[in-house]
Amino acid sequence: MDDLIIAGEKFSSRLIMGTGGAPSLEVLDQALVASGTELTTVAMRRLDPGARGSVLDVLRERDIKVLPNTAGCFTAGEAVLTARLAREALGTDWVKLEVIADERTLLPDPIETFDAAERLVADGFVVLPYIGDDPALARRLEQAGCAAVMPLGAPIGSGLGIRNPHNIELIVEAASVPVILDAGIGTASDAALAMELGCDAVLLATAVTRAQRPDLMAAAMKAAVTAGRLARQAGRIPRRRYAEASSPMTP
Amino acid sequence: MPAKGAQVDVIVGGGVVGLSVAWRMAREGRPVTVVDPAPGKGASYAAAGMLAPVSEVTYTEGPLLRLGVASLRRWPAFAAELAADAGFTGEGDATGLVTGPGAGTGSGAGAAPAEVRALDLRADGTLDVAFGADDMAALGELAAYMEKLDLPVERLTGRECRRLEPMLAPSVRGGLLAPGDAWVDPRRVTAALLAALERLDVPVVRARATGLLYEGGRVAGVRLAPPSSEPEHEHEHGRGEVPGEVRGERVVVAAGAWSSELAEVPVRPVKGQIMRLRSPQPLLRRCVRGTVHGSSVYLVPRGDGELVVGATQEEMGFDTKVTAGGLYELLRDARELVPGVTELEVADVVAGLRPGTPDNLPLIGPSGTPGLAFATGHHRGGVLLAPLTTAILLGEESELAALCAPGRFREIS
Repeated sequence: MDDLIIAGEKFSSRLIMGTGGAPSLEVLDQALVASGTELTTVAMRRLDPGARGSVLDVLRERDIKVLPNTAGCFTAGEAVLTARLAREALGTDWVKLEVIADERTLLPDPIETFDAAERLVADGFVVLPYIGDDPALARRLEQAGCAAVMPLGAPIGSGLGIRNPHNIELIVEAASVPVILDAGIGTASDAALAMELGCDAVLLATAVTRAQRPDLMAAAMKAAVTAGRLARQAGRIPRRRYAEASSPMTP
Repeated sequence: MPAKGAQVDVIVGGGVVGLSVAWRMAREGRPVTVVDPAPGKGASYAAAGMLAPVSEVTYTEGPLLRLGVASLRRWPAFAAELAADAGFTGEGDATGLVTGPGAGTGSGAGAAPAEVRALDLRADGTLDVAFGADDMAALGELAAYMEKLDLPVERLTGRECRRLEPMLAPSVRGGLLAPGDAWVDPRRVTAALLAALERLDVPVVRARATGLLYEGGRVAGVRLAPPSSEPEHEHEHGRGEVPGEVRGERVVVAAGAWSSELAEVPVRPVKGQIMRLRSPQPLLRRCVRGTVHGSSVYLVPRGDGELVVGATQEEMGFDTKVTAGGLYELLRDARELVPGVTELEVADVVAGLRPGTPDNLPLIGPSGTPGLAFATGHHRGGVLLAPLTTAILLGEESELAALCAPGRFREIS
């Protein structure tokens, strides 16, 4: 499989993991290994980056790049502050920008997100914003200097898959930065579909961490992302109403 | 007090686990010394005291379930012996225990033996409730998993839940009852353990252990912080001067989240904020838990009208600040389950540090170093696992000991 390139950095895995919801660090560690991920996002609120033995140590041990995120923030102000604290603590200027509109749906707030993205880009951050499946907003964020866009398939943790594949295709068509399908993945076929639609990578957490066998689901996701990417590159056959024989019927 | 250098076991840590280990050893006639700057004031002080292995079960944690079920089985006898050794009769305030105003009038525990009443050990079960259709489906899957494991659980409709616990919100859709789950008041347990140790003449040195003493390749005791660094405990309990060190045949590190400061163990602090409310009459009879918008909350009722609401899980190092957000989330979720909680008095809010390990299982038993053993890393289960921990350390339980062997992490590079 070809490399994923975000802001000039290469990744051979196109599966980005989140750490939320794992029952223990050991289960998380096994899942991360099985997923083959090279980039994993960690919520920075309620985490002391200096503490020993935390999830950050698990990632360091496995040489997985940490992508701090601003989960739990409701305003651009909080998100910018959280990103700056993460940069100071972790020495990375990458941030997955997440500004939530309400607790019930956890849907991203487009206005606060755009506001925060502009400020963070101006401050030298590599910004990867989590957004709704809105092609117009995706384009605006790219123009504002974001390093990737991360549209959702469905609400966080819902496992509903990709509810609007058409919009994801529209985002992919217009984007010249990587499109990372973020949130909503329930099972392997959802991840494969994201890649078939042309996404450059998939980000997921709950689908793996809350599965009955997280390590097994992580392996399934890894295979699905690879399969979906290969299928996209191979080019699928057109859908037809009637059969078309695969071997010639007439001599 | 045993002579210096005698065959003393030094227990570092005076929480439920360390004190239990000391008590069981002293009971066997072994000389022990406990070292802790503030016994009973660490994670045990914050803990809700749920003895709920069944309702706490998760998909990946079969071994933890086995430990919990085995330890719960030991709790009634453990409690009865402890109350007897401590000299507690359970006659309300006369016990002199850590109780608040109006304590000792528990109505739900009327038929229980006095010694069990003294620790507020109750076994009325846990009710795990769900609200939306999605939560209900998730609970159904969990029930199927529990039934596969032969765990005694009962599926209930929303109305059946509310018949058991009328204070539950009307929006409760259904629930799971784990009838065997129990709980205890950890503050009473540590008070009883300290009283029992006092009666057994076990010295409790109120000082912080700062490091292990090594001698000829083995651990020979602990170094203590000078008393001036612990001013708030200087004059406590009149145990005399604090020595610079305590020597012993064996050191058992039971220092909870602080264990990794004494020895190479993969134990990290996991912060938990927890709130104690108080009502004139108990609002609930059972322990009630539920998931509200993805975050889980539990309510533990005590006989004296106290209602414990817990708890956050945060990876904040040794930070023990109580935060607005932590309390807000606890109350928001608790109110969703039991709307009446907002009328209650706030009695206490604390943040404790659970000793977490990579696999959520404790470290119990001898280390690779002669003279050094562990009883730590109990994460959320210190109170539940205390009886089993003592049994493993004293060699009374071998089957489950392997799951807790401290050496299991050594292969991990």
